[in-house]
This record gives sequence, structure tokens and C-alpha cells, in this order.
Amino acid sequence: METESLYTIIVHSENFAGILNQVAAVFTRLQVNIESLNVSASSLPNVHKFTICCRTTEKNIDKIIKQIVKKLDVISAACYTDRDIFSSEIAMYKISTHVFDGSDDLNVILRKYNTRVVEVTSDYIVVELAGSSDEITALRDEFQNLGCIRQFVRSGKIAVTASNIEKVSEWLDRREKVRTERSRIL
Amino acid sequence: MDMEEKEKISGSEILIRSLIREGADTIFGYPGGAIMPVYDALMNHTDSIDHILVRHEQGATHAAQGYARASGKVGVCMVTGGPGATNTITGIADAMLDSTPIVVIAGQITTDLIGTDAFQEVDFTCVTQPISKWTYQIGSAEEISRVVARAFFVAKSGRPGPVVLSVTKNAQVGMAEYVPEKVEFIRSYDDDPEIDMSAIEEAAEAINNAKRPFVLAGQGIEIGEAQEEFRNFVEKADLPFGCTLLGLSVLPSSHPLNKGMLGMHGNLCNNVKTNECDVLIAVGMRFDDRVTGDVSTYARQAKIIHLDIDASEIGKNVKADIPVLGNCRKTLKLISDRLNPAKHTEWTASFEPYVREEYEKVIDKELHPASGPLNMGEVVNAVSEASGHKAILVTDVGQNQMMASRYFKYEEKRSIITSGGMGTMGFGLPAAIGAAFARPDRTVCMFTGDGGLQMTIQEFGTIMERKVPVKIILLNNNYLGNVRQWQELFFHRRYSFTRLDNPDFQVIASAYGIPSRRVADRAELQDAVREMLETDGPFFLEACVAEEGNVMPMIPPGGSVDNMIMEC
Ligand SMILES: Cc1ncc(C[n+]2csc(CCOP(=O)(O)OP(=O)(O)O)c2C)c(N)n1
Ligand SMILES: [Mg+2]
Repeated sequence: METESLYTIIVHSENFAGILNQVAAVFTRLQVNIESLNVSASSLPNVHKFTICCRTTEKNIDKIIKQIVKKLDVISAACYTDRDIFSSEIAMYKISTHVFDGSDDLNVILRKYNTRVVEVTSDYIVVELAGSSDEITALRDEFQNLGCIRQFVRSGKIAVTASNIEKVSEWLDRREKVRTERSRIL
Repeated sequence: MDMEEKEKISGSEILIRSLIREGADTIFGYPGGAIMPVYDALMNHTDSIDHILVRHEQGATHAAQGYARASGKVGVCMVTGGPGATNTITGIADAMLDSTPIVVIAGQITTDLIGTDAFQEVDFTCVTQPISKWTYQIGSAEEISRVVARAFFVAKSGRPGPVVLSVTKNAQVGMAEYVPEKVEFIRSYDDDPEIDMSAIEEAAEAINNAKRPFVLAGQGIEIGEAQEEFRNFVEKADLPFGCTLLGLSVLPSSHPLNKGMLGMHGNLCNNVKTNECDVLIAVGMRFDDRVTGDVSTYARQAKIIHLDIDASEIGKNVKADIPVLGNCRKTLKLISDRLNPAKHTEWTASFEPYVREEYEKVIDKELHPASGPLNMGEVVNAVSEASGHKAILVTDVGQNQMMASRYFKYEEKRSIITSGGMGTMGFGLPAAIGAAFARPDRTVCMFTGDGGLQMTIQEFGTIMERKVPVKIILLNNNYLGNVRQWQELFFHRRYSFTRLDNPDFQVIASAYGIPSRRVADRAELQDAVREMLETDGPFFLEACVAEEGNVMPMIPPGGSVDNMIMEC
């Protein structure tokens, strides 16, 4: 059996309806589970950006990338390891405060993880943590062990590339040149 | 002038005018509630568009495919929503796998009703998304002109494929100004990838240094209209080549470097030489498993050069040492310019013993049996010869397909139309209708099986109505022969549900007014074929062939290319 690793894929696409479906279908076809998915606007006008994490084999990831790029309205897709990107995630935790009655344990944990408190009631608090995927998981585990976690949600990884070159912008520039050339010929 | 330009017309009228603007002159279709306004508009344009009423929507898609493959133009079909639309799915998937440019226009219920499970509501864009190159639901009359222009551009450019337009009723009846559009560029879609000149240099050098070069010719050459570039390429450096099923007519069968077909039922020499060559040059083909057999033993010794326009094909099944991305019409020329004229006399001669072996063990027996029932191969051979090898061959799927592709010969390009990637039974008859409309100047010979014919036999009605001059040759073995062969070879001869209790096909043909003849006797074969070809219009020839004939040679499933079985 081939070993699986965690990959971060960044996709840029046109901002049309139905593209998420097309991108997701590539994973469904190969029966690869998406671990997390974030879709948002990018720095480029009318260009959407997907950050997708999945666990799969090297052979599959190559197919996935090529098949995503092949979709007509997809501009680019590439796969990165953690060394090539800066990534972050945000999570929210809704915590019962009764467990900590009279102790300082909660404050210690909150400070250790550098969380931001969003809301405090007599019953619970809501805290937010932005950080690496590992930190977010570690905090969740800590709360879970204390049996105080009422709700938990995480955003999925978002990432920017570390390279000095903005590949997508360059590619779009080249495409604009092709457009101009073609209209000149016609 | 301005007054006229600002005039508003219906979306349906815009749709038809947009189709005409894209050069569509033939539509294969079937009407229904959700497309009625378009059909109504179509009646105003029968002088510029010929609409062929098929008898089932699947037939419309295959006919559009046949039309596209024979002409190089985009095939168009038009159907209603719901069941009319879902009936086209097989053809869409087939066109996707075989890179055939078609545009499917399907009606759709009014936008307001979408999402309510209204009568005949099917989310057709969602259903067709994974099997089409592009699919889009048109929600307003204003969009139509632009979307149709985009659809044609997408269907025919780059690696061609099917485009599906689901046209809502409100878009059909809505009023808008018709602004003619042309789409020649989509920024997210690179239809003509920039050529990496270092790859060209590298490829040329590898070929110049090759001692035992072998070329795999695929349909990409036909699609790219690169037949002459290909001829120049192989002739300049004396490169023997084998063809994929869909690439069989890229150069005449009689060309000395053309070594015939590749793959599971291909010619022995090609499959053996694939595993002996030092440089393997694949042009516009995708290393389908029916070509490679077991990939882990496929051409391991060779340096592999892969020319393709679709980046996702390069390295997909077989790792390319030198990937050459781009339109092969351009890349072939660029490489040829850098090739040294060469002769590989000894190497090309080394194909001969295998050609002889196959002839002695397989071909001679198939074509010249001393006695017994007719063989499929001899019927195919008789038709090919009598038509001067100039006909367009259309096939259905099964043994008839493999025998037709093995024994038919080609003199002209774009002469084989068959369902390669999907292997769709029922493809043949409607595809032949499409081919006949595309090329009225050529003879169209369609080989089919007793199973496959019955999957789309209702298209006899289309043939009757339009007097479509297709020559239908039924190779009747009273079996789902291809499956039976596998049962014989790999399932201990347990013929589970492959025997067919068949009707009198001639009676069916005559009900549709199609002249016919049945031939079982070898002595009558030539005359029967002559009668078929000399008869104007359609003809149905039923050849009663050996019931348990086998297609040989064969790479057994999962076997290695150079390990073909020759007889069983
Ligand atoms: C729509 C469809 N159903 C089933 C198959 C599987 N299949 C492939 S070949 C074949 C037998 C075809 O029989 P026939 O049309 O009589 O042709 P023959 O092989 O006998 O020449 C079958 C069932 C298929 N390819 N397509
Ligand atoms: Mg049969």
C-alpha cells in the first residue's frame, strides 16, 4: 500500500456558480476525503481561491491537481507542503465554566494558547484561537479531557505561498497577452 | 439601421440564429414540451438548418458524434428536458471519452419552477457536469448569444469534447436584442498551450539518436488535422508506426510505415515492438489500458516521448521521459524540422516475421477458410475491397467492432468512427446516420452485431424517413459474441445469458422499406456485397457468421503487450 500524506491544495478559479461542485467532484471520483475546505475571494478581481486539505497518496494528488486544472473555469491548481506556505486556521470553542468552579485552571489554559475571549456568561465562555492546525487540535484535546467542551468549530486551513513569485498573477498576465495577440490576428 | 439592431426577438430565435452563426447546418433532435419554442423558431430557418428527426435521443447524440467525427465540425443535437435530456447521457459520456465535439441543447423548465420537482425537472447541468467538457444552464434570453458562442469554442478547441446547454423555458420565450458574439478566448482555459522549445529539441535529439524508434498514432492527429505533418514526420526519419483504434485512418493502411492496430486485438508486430523499441513516440493518444495491457510491463526499456494537447494526459498512465505539450499539428512540424533524414532498414524489417506469424496463425484462417460458415473477417474484407478501401467505416461494439477495425482498410483520413473509450453498444447505427449527413460524397459502411443493432434499431425509422444511404452490415452470430468469447476463455465456457434468440432482421428492415439481403454462403458473398454497394440509398446486409468465432490475437486482460495469445 502506498503511504498517504496530508496535502494542501490551492485552487484559483473564475467566480461562477457551480465551480465548487466541479472541484469537489474530482475528489469524489477518486474517493478521497476532503479534510478541510475554504473558499473565499482572492487578491485578484473576480478570482476565487480555494484552500483544500486532503490526505491521499502521491499518485492520487497528481491526478487530482491535473483534473482540477482541466476544469474549464479553473485558472490554476497546485499542491504545497508546509514548507512552501504560511498557513493558519481559526477555531471557536464554547466552554462550560462550571467545571472550573473556584480554580484558576481555565485562565492558565487560555493564556497558554493565547486565545481571545469572545463572550462570557454565567454558564459558559466562548473563546477563539487563530493558529496552526496543531495548536487548535491541542487546545480542543485539552478541553475535551476536562469534559467542558460544548461546541467546537474550525475554519479549515487557509494559506498563502511563501514564494517571491506570484504565479497566478503572472499566468493571468500571460493569458492577457494571448488575448491581445488573438484579437490582433482576427 | 439602429432601429433594426435594437429590435427584440425571442430567445428561441436568438438561439437558432446563434447556431447558424456558428456554422451549424445540421441538427439531430427530438422535440418535447420544454424545447417547443425553439422548435417553433426552427421552422423559420429550415433553409439554413436541416433538422433530422431521430427516433430516440441517444440516437441524436451518436448521430451528432458521427457527424462531428466524419466532418471535423461540431455536431449538434437538440432535445427536450427531463427524459429527453437524460436519454442523451450515454452519448455525452461517449463523446467525452472519445474527445468528440458536440453541443447538446436540452430544454429545461422555467427558472421559477426549478427546485420544486416540477414536471420533467432534472438538474441536468449537475448530472452532466462530470461527463462533459462544459455544461451550463441558460437562464435568460440575453445570455444565449454569448453562451452559444462559448459552447462552440469550448467544444471544438483544445482537446474537443461535449458541451451541454440546458435552456430554460423563460430564456426561450424571453425577448432580447440579438447581438452576434464570437468567443475565441477564455482566460481560464488554455486551448493552445505554449510549446516548450526545449522539449522539442530534446524530442528531436532522442529520435535522431534512436536505433529502434516506434510511433503510436492516435486520434489527436485526426482532430488536429495533422495528417500531413504526421506523414512528413514518420517519412523523414523512417519511423514505423502503429495506430490506436481511433487513429486507424491517420494515414492510408497501405502506407509502408503503417503497421496496423495497437492493443488488445491489435497487430502482433506492434505489440511486440512496443516492448523492443528504444524510443517510443506517442502522438495524440492516451495510453488507454486496452492499448497498454499491464502498464507495469509496458515499454519499460524505451525512452517515451508523449505529444498531447491535454496536460492531464501526460504522465497519467505511462510516465513520459520527454513530455511535449501542445497542438500536435505544431509540435510535429517543429520536431520534423529538426529531424535528420534516416533509414532504419533492419529495424523495420524486424516487424516482418511477426506480420507473417500473425498472417499464418490468424489472418489467413480468418479470411480464407476452406469450409464452414462465414467468418466476420472475410465479410469485412469483402466490403472493404469492394469499396476500394475508400468508405467511411462505422462500427458498433463487440467482436464486430474488433473484426471491422482489424480487417477494414483505409485510403482517406477521418475514415473510422467507432466508440473507443466507452464501447457503447448501439453507437453504430445512429453514428452512421450522422456520418452520412456529414459526408454525402462518401460511402458509409456500418458493421454491427445482433446485440448492438437492437439497442438503437429504431433508427431504421430515421433512415427510412430521410433515405439515409448507409450500408448496414449485420455480422450475426446469434450471440453477444464479445462477452461469449470472454466466457469461453476466462469463465470455463459458461455461456451465462449471452445467447440471443433473434428476430428475423430482414423482416424488420423491410418494414422500414430498407432493401436487404441475407448471405450465409461463401460463394454468394461477393455478389451480396456488390448488390449492397450498387443499390442507391440504404441497404441492410445480414451476414450469418460463425456463431462461436473468436477475435484473435489477443492480449488477455491484465497481460503484457508482448504476450499475445494467437489462437485458442
Ligand atoms: C450498452 C452496452 N451494454 C453492454 C456492453 C457489454 N458488451 C460489450 S460487447 C457485448 C456483446 C455485443 O454483442 P453483439 O452486438 O451481438 O456483437 P458481437 O460481439 O457478437 O459482434 C456486450 C454485451 C456494452 N459494451 N455496451
Ligand atoms: Mg453478436
